[in-house]
Amino acid sequence: MAKKKSLGKETYLHWYESMLLMRKFEEKASQLYIQRKFTGFLHLYIGQEAVVAGSVSATTENDNMITAYRCHAHPLGRGTDPKKVMAELYGKVTGLCKGKGGSMHMFDKERRIFGGHGIVGGQIPLGAGIAFAEKYKGTKNVTLTYMGDGAVRQGALHETFNMAMTWKLPVVFIIENNQYAMGTSVERTSNVTDLYKLGCAYDMPSEPVDGMTCEAVHDAVSRAVDRARKGEGPTLLEMKTYRYKGHSMSDPRKYRTKEEEEAYKKLDPIEKVLKTIKDKKYASAKQIEEINKRVKQQVEEAVKFAEESPLPSPEDIYNDVYSEPNYPFIKE
Amino acid sequence: MKILQFREALNEAMCEEMERDENVYLMGEEVAEYNGAYKVSKGMLDKFGPKRVIDTPISELGFAGIGVGSAMNGMRPIIEFMTFNFSLVGIDQIINNAAKMYNMSGGQYNVPIVFRGPTGSAGQLAATHSQNFESWYANCPGLKVVVPSNPKDAKGLLKSAIRDNDPVIFMESEQMYGDKGEVPEGEYLIPLGVANVIKKGTDITFVSFGKILKVAQAAAEELEKEGVSVEVIDLRTVRPIDYDTIIESIKKTNRMVIVEEAWPLGNISTELTYMIQKRAFDYLDAPVRRVTNADVPMSFSMPLVEATLPSVEKVIAAAKDVLYVEK
Repeated sequence: MAKKKSLGKETYLHWYESMLLMRKFEEKASQLYIQRKFTGFLHLYIGQEAVVAGSVSATTENDNMITAYRCHAHPLGRGTDPKKVMAELYGKVTGLCKGKGGSMHMFDKERRIFGGHGIVGGQIPLGAGIAFAEKYKGTKNVTLTYMGDGAVRQGALHETFNMAMTWKLPVVFIIENNQYAMGTSVERTSNVTDLYKLGCAYDMPSEPVDGMTCEAVHDAVSRAVDRARKGEGPTLLEMKTYRYKGHSMSDPRKYRTKEEEEAYKKLDPIEKVLKTIKDKKYASAKQIEEINKRVKQQVEEAVKFAEESPLPSPEDIYNDVYSEPNYPFIKE
Repeated sequence: MKILQFREALNEAMCEEMERDENVYLMGEEVAEYNGAYKVSKGMLDKFGPKRVIDTPISELGFAGIGVGSAMNGMRPIIEFMTFNFSLVGIDQIINNAAKMYNMSGGQYNVPIVFRGPTGSAGQLAATHSQNFESWYANCPGLKVVVPSNPKDAKGLLKSAIRDNDPVIFMESEQMYGDKGEVPEGEYLIPLGVANVIKKGTDITFVSFGKILKVAQAAAEELEKEGVSVEVIDLRTVRPIDYDTIIESIKKTNRMVIVEEAWPLGNISTELTYMIQKRAFDYLDAPVRRVTNADVPMSFSMPLVEATLPSVEKVIAAAKDVLYVEK
């Protein structure tokens, strides 16, 4: 067992501020989407914030992250400027990916965020490949590879699990089981509904985790990361979590009950962390209010930045397709 | 000059690049202990060890993706498909990830990877083992597609492909691996995207690439005996295509036959034909003709195989049509 790191005031305050930023950023994004400030898909992470917050506190800035298309919170959690994420939602040239990726494809190389991937399960082998490179180079860096509960039914997962275990790659596979693949519940997709058990077929250390609680996520990811750093290979963590909102903005959520949604909201990770902060007197009411204000201001500034930023030029379509500068595109 | 088999030329290219750059590795089915299903990687495990020459399970989707992920993180992988027929199992990783990453990330993550292996028919292997996806891959922006026809080109082009900072599809042929040819001593590179005028001529131009170029060459030799001067062009790369060399040739010969091992609808010859009518309409003395596979899946039995593939006779017949001479 890895030595349990003590979680103090700093961590709790960071969790609170970081998760509040994710929450407020996306609540704002949702409003802006309804106002048609931008279009495309918008998949919200609201409710699942503890998974990113607990993973970030359990890793270092040299560790890698890759996820699917519900990908606003991962860069925000790693410290990406919210302005750049919001500008990307707006399709502005100042966005993280210059307006070429949009909501589903957030990349931040500086913070070792490898995307943002729109094809369900397509990022799973990529995550193992990123880890393969770390092992090849002889670093101790670990790659966190996130996926939804829908992605575990893709063949890519099984091929990747098999090779990652055979080669003992330094990767942590994290299922964010929010219980619905779009509108299809986990129960309706397989006889195997305890998703962590999928790792057992490959002898991969696998465990379920309370994904609504930062401490549980942090502890589980810490153990998995330790194992990977020691060269002992991958771990599968099934984070049991919940998205309060629909799959995307167009989802009326008729496949689940209001009672179920309300029950999960009582487990809200931000409220839980706030309660601990208050109970343990990690911050005064005034200090908490300052954090709230700071987050609100960051979100407002992000919107202002996105609104005021320029759109890309039409000729930009030919940039960033090939890294070779003079590729002869067919234009006739 | 030295004489090497096609497979030996590829092997030299990979070995030289692996010696030059420690981030280059080879991964695929049977590439290491078995020395390669077609012996292209013979001796490489002994030379570079299991860290850099890596056998995989039969999981094309998985190892194609692992290759792409590693390339995003500083590696320069060579991923071998036992044949490109099997690349279809992993094509999501090639089209949706390798080809899109640089663009989707706004230029943050490039993917310097080579996917290589044989393409096309290889004797009587029937429908699923005899397919040409050159035009499929060439259709996709973000990729480059190389299809060499001889050992010298194979080595020089593969070395360029490995050094390229974008994903390259490199397509060989089981039926070419044993071909021998002259290969220069010492290091050389052949740039991607440059066609090769193999033979100068004045009456008609043949354009082809890859293994089936030999059919075009044999047809040209037959026609030369009848006094027809044939220019033969090897495209070498089908994305990007060296249109200028093709247009320059047709402006001189005014007639063209394209020979391609592929189904006819929407293939490379279709694309060339568009560009020729666009840029050289007034220079054409006859419609451009093409000789491709028949528009059917490949069968097993030999007469059916022959009926499906381009042949010297079919190319000569097409050429005579274009030349308006008696057959």
